Amino acid sequence: MTPNLFFHYFFNVDPAHTGTGNMPAEYWWIDLIRIVVRVLVGLFAILLVVPPLVWWERRLLGFMQQRQGPNRVGPFGLLQTIADGVKLLLKEDMNPTNVDVVLFVLAPIVFLIPALVTSAVVPWGPSLTWGASAPNVSVGVLYLLAWGSLAVYGVVLAGWASNNKYSLLGGLRSSAQMISYELGMGLAIVTVVLLTGSLSMHDVVMQQGFSSLGLPEWNLLKFFPMGFVAMLIYAISMLAETNRAPFDLPEAETELVAGYHTEYTSMKFAIFFMAEYANMIVVSAICATLFFGGFHAPLLWLDGSFLGPLVGKSSPLLGGIVAALVPVIWLVAKILCGLYFFIWVRATMPRLRYDMLMRAGWLGVLPIALGNILMVAIAMALGYPAGLIAWLVVFGIAFVVFAGSKAANSFTTNSRRDTTVRLYGEAQPYRTVPEHSGHGAQTLPPNALSEAALAAAAQAPLDDAFAAKKG
Amino acid sequence: MGLWDNIKTLGQEAKAPLTGLGITQGYSNKERVTIEYPDVRRPMPRRARWRHVLNRYENGMEKCIGCSLCAGSCPANAILVVAAENTDENRRSPGERFAAQYEINMLRCIFCGYCEEACPTQAIQLKDICELADDNRKDLIYTKEMMIVPDPTKP
Ligand code: SF4
Ligand code: SF4
Repeated sequence: MTPNLFFHYFFNVDPAHTGTGNMPAEYWWIDLIRIVVRVLVGLFAILLVVPPLVWWERRLLGFMQQRQGPNRVGPFGLLQTIADGVKLLLKEDMNPTNVDVVLFVLAPIVFLIPALVTSAVVPWGPSLTWGASAPNVSVGVLYLLAWGSLAVYGVVLAGWASNNKYSLLGGLRSSAQMISYELGMGLAIVTVVLLTGSLSMHDVVMQQGFSSLGLPEWNLLKFFPMGFVAMLIYAISMLAETNRAPFDLPEAETELVAGYHTEYTSMKFAIFFMAEYANMIVVSAICATLFFGGFHAPLLWLDGSFLGPLVGKSSPLLGGIVAALVPVIWLVAKILCGLYFFIWVRATMPRLRYDMLMRAGWLGVLPIALGNILMVAIAMALGYPAGLIAWLVVFGIAFVVFAGSKAANSFTTNSRRDTTVRLYGEAQPYRTVPEHSGHGAQTLPPNALSEAALAAAAQAPLDDAFAAKKG
Repeated sequence: MGLWDNIKTLGQEAKAPLTGLGITQGYSNKERVTIEYPDVRRPMPRRARWRHVLNRYENGMEKCIGCSLCAGSCPANAILVVAAENTDENRRSPGERFAAQYEINMLRCIFCGYCEEACPTQAIQLKDICELADDNRKDLIYTKEMMIVPDPTKP
């Protein structure tokens, strides 16, 4: 076969992107080479993006906290994470005594692999041969969910194998958390499946095309507000699934040292670290694919399917390149937005308390997701207006019932403050606490001071109070 | 609390995360409060007590007269002064003697400033030179050559 023919079949340069149907069967080995190349490209793309992503996160966090962020190694500090990585690799790789060595070594790998494997079904372009490593898997969405659930094993195994109570707590937390939020995530994805009518990721993207006006028809905009709610639920669950702030309880530094990876050093720790960020990238890509139109542009006139043929009129080769690259650029842009959201939320939200996390998962995310699916089904069966009315009625009633209930009361009045007041009494202005009262408010009943003394102290200017105390 | 109050508060609760996101976004464009330290330095407080220097007079004479009062007053016993007589050919300080050897063990020094106070000629002073880290205990015994200020008469 001529090299020309090889490249023709290898890159599958047919404008319709119909897959390999027109390739003679005896050239199956071209397919094999292509699949290997495509898989390697996909894996390395994700792993190579991790260091810049870590740098970006640290830099952005720095900006949002009015710090400089890393900026000394290389231009803008870009090489900082490389330097950190080299440092990590050069550290001693040790297994603490009493760890379960096999599981201990296995855990980081078990954590990393699902992140990389799920990326296989994310389509990067309309081509059925080059768009994804595993293009057009007919059960793509199930595949995502299945591998996504396996990631939790890495964390739990790490926690268990470390033989350390902090690690174990981190692992337990993550298993409970991931399982709880997986439900919400799965239900949000089911919404997309309902809208698509197919489990293939390629169909999911193709179905989010453009309206006749050239405006996007993303899942997030469909059946407003149902698609949007599904997107929100997915976004929240995705934070929880990747153990990112404000759901980073499995590795809560302030409580659990470093959670499940407390005992890990060197390369094994690096793998955990890498897996977390690879997970972020993949999960953002999935979010973009499911709800933000995947590789489609926000407007028809910027999309590869419009620009490609346009350029192709003058030069078919250039047209092919444009048609192949423009979708990639759009998906990358959407992934970057997702990552920015991750970092932004991390800079903003404090970590949830564990019971709050569980309550939000089971009493917030799950019922809303369930109700939302039902309403999407109604909207699809009876038309959008009926669905919208049903949505407004159901969620309106639910909201009013909740707002009138005791639960909302405890939600809206700051319950932690109430508890504090019940235990310790209202906060006293500090200058009214007598000098020898030992532990202050704890041993002092709230009304131990006479009303008159309180009133006088409240009125006296601060300096006078000090003077009176000293004199 | 009534129903309407609850609804209002729930609305506020829902708005709170967005407000928070807005705040962090706003702060990311503000001026940084940290500086790039080794390149940019904030001035030390005027009376900062860090590493010692040994001063000179304008004519280049050393102020230290080797009296060992600093060593005597040092609570950490960090200073070693070995004095030598000034001769007419080799006059190093205005007094009778000068410090032939002057060492401060920075590992022992507690930066109390007593040496500075004890010194009759204000030869020793604690200045704002704060970068004292080293990776070797021996290098932290500062010698006279390391602490004495350059001679103003010699270029
Ligand atoms: S500062 Fe205090 S401890 Fe340090 S050398 Fe002077 S007297 Fe001794
Ligand atoms: S530094 Fe001052 S106190 Fe110490 S030996 Fe010299 S003159 Fe005396």
